[in-house]
Amino acid sequence: MISTSYSRLKWYLVLITLGLSVVPLFALGYVIHNEFRKTYEEKLTDNLRLMVSNRRNAISMFLNERVVQLQMLADIHSFAEMSNQAYLNKVFDAIHDTSSSFFDIGVIGQNGSHEAYCGPFDLMEVNYRDEPWFHQVMLKGLYISDVFMGFRNFPYFIIAVKRQEGGRTWILRATIDSEVFTSLVRNVRTGQMGDAYIINNKNVLQTPSRFGGRALTKVDLPIGDPGENVEIQSWRRDGVPVIAGFTRLPNTSWRLVIMENPEEELSPLLRTRSLIYALFGSCALMIFVGAYLTVSSVVSRLKASDRERAAMDAAVMQSSKMASLGKLAAGVAHEVNNPLSIIRESAGWIRDIINDGELGDGPAVDELQEAISDIDRHVERARTVTHRMLGFARRMEPLQEDVDLNMLANQTASFLENETRHRNILVETDLDPELPLITTDANQLQQVILNLLENAIDAIDQDGQITVVTRVDGDTVALDIADSGAGISRENMNKVFDPFFTTKPTGEGTGLGLSIVYSTLSKLGGTIRVNSDPGQGTTFTIRLPFTGPQFPGGKEEQ
Amino acid sequence: MNQIRVLVVDDEPDFLKLIQRRLTKRNVHVDTVTNGEAALAFLKDNPVDVIILDVRMPGLSGIDTLKEIRKRFRDTEVIMLTGHGSLQSGIEGISLGAYDYILKPFSIDNLLGRIRAAHEHAKLRIERRSNQ
Repeated sequence: MISTSYSRLKWYLVLITLGLSVVPLFALGYVIHNEFRKTYEEKLTDNLRLMVSNRRNAISMFLNERVVQLQMLADIHSFAEMSNQAYLNKVFDAIHDTSSSFFDIGVIGQNGSHEAYCGPFDLMEVNYRDEPWFHQVMLKGLYISDVFMGFRNFPYFIIAVKRQEGGRTWILRATIDSEVFTSLVRNVRTGQMGDAYIINNKNVLQTPSRFGGRALTKVDLPIGDPGENVEIQSWRRDGVPVIAGFTRLPNTSWRLVIMENPEEELSPLLRTRSLIYALFGSCALMIFVGAYLTVSSVVSRLKASDRERAAMDAAVMQSSKMASLGKLAAGVAHEVNNPLSIIRESAGWIRDIINDGELGDGPAVDELQEAISDIDRHVERARTVTHRMLGFARRMEPLQEDVDLNMLANQTASFLENETRHRNILVETDLDPELPLITTDANQLQQVILNLLENAIDAIDQDGQITVVTRVDGDTVALDIADSGAGISRENMNKVFDPFFTTKPTGEGTGLGLSIVYSTLSKLGGTIRVNSDPGQGTTFTIRLPFTGPQFPGGKEEQ
Repeated sequence: MNQIRVLVVDDEPDFLKLIQRRLTKRNVHVDTVTNGEAALAFLKDNPVDVIILDVRMPGLSGIDTLKEIRKRFRDTEVIMLTGHGSLQSGIEGISLGAYDYILKPFSIDNLLGRIRAAHEHAKLRIERRSNQ
């Protein structure tokens, strides 16, 4: 597979993981946030409603107090007493002492003219007969006016009550300083954007608004008549969201309005929201990093296993190729070896005849001798080739079997008993009885041992000793084959495992023995080391793992 | 001195002819047969010191012939002859009781040496047995 398809797979997996974890996370967050917001807004609305209703009660209590005060004054005094200017002055002083919001007081007869007046204005000559409020108070018994600007630019309003006394009707009228209202309303303003004021039924401000202007200016409000209830309404003013609670003040045409900026009031919610965003952002990042790391490691592992499998496939293919090549080579070599030996024997026979002198002497016989040497030499050459082919054929897939190295060493040494006895070579063995079984190819290993023993015999030639030692060395088993031969010279040390390197006379050694040993051992997962002092003999040490490689490569070494 | 009696078993008549001539020249008594069955039949009537036995033959194979010989003619030494080039058949032969093995093609002196060694071995064994 190409690396881009791995990285595509990686990103695909990362995105799926991310999608599957982040989407529910955000859905959850969205739902929680919405519920939280709804609850918070409800609470905000309830608070506003409560505040409006409390404020209404406070204001109407104040109003009622004034009305009751006035009504009581009218009820407990007779017209005769009240129309007495001196008496009225005394009464006003008494009221003014207890409630400074009374500004003036007047007694008006049923014809609309002042009977008595106490206050800073000169109103004695004013007749109210044609005023609408006069008719209203005569009709309903109580009148509360809108706020108006008085002479000294103070906002006032008027409360008037009617008294029926025997056959006559008179009116007690008082001007009240509306500053008290203003302060009652103003102290419920909240935050930077909150506002609270009173308007009449024509949307004219009765108390100053924080943003809408002074009293008696008209404000533009999209609100209707709330009746006795508290109504909550929200809209946007100049792009700023507004939530307003309003209600009618009883006995008047006034409406109390308390406005808030919900954004300001919801700022804890907004803070929570940004906290949630940050939290979710970091969660998403963590999920991404986690997913990326996990997927990366999985994909790289997949990549490695793919590569391993590809290598394994290649090895299997290579070894099956080698096996069929090997079979072919073995067949050819075998078929060639038989004619080769007949050729050699024929040449040998001719030489026998010449050596017996049956052909006499002469240049022709010498030439014949030379030709026979040529035949011999080339037969030897061909033999080297066929034996090499057979050696190649044998280097096939090794078997995996339990092998007792001690037994193998003993058995192999016994094959060479004749040879060693004839050359007067003593073979000593020092085998570790505790040696574990190893998993390897017995036949190939035996060939290795045989080659090494034959080498040792060749190195000694006559009269000497070969020592075979087995031992456990770390996590390997080791086999030492030491001979008492001439040793290997320093310059040849590096070449002993090279193919075709031999110190034997031409025609006697192929130079392949140790090279085959070397490649066979590396195929079995083992190693070979040589240790030699010239004149002191040579020790070959082979080491084999307890368990051979499971998938030896089909690599062939020459 | 008694001639060593050798029987060569191989399926190549040309090879047999040459080996017979050359060994005869080296003072060895040589008989030849071309297959395993003939070898066993020959051995029944003629005592032989050493048998040179090719591993690969049509009919009874060298290894099977060796097994028979070891069973029935215990005083005869066997040298396996293999064109296979592999030590394997030689080693198998030795583990079945052959005295030695030699790879084709070989030099006649090498073969002669091994024949003599095998003969010595046989003699020693017979002597040892008669001493007991």
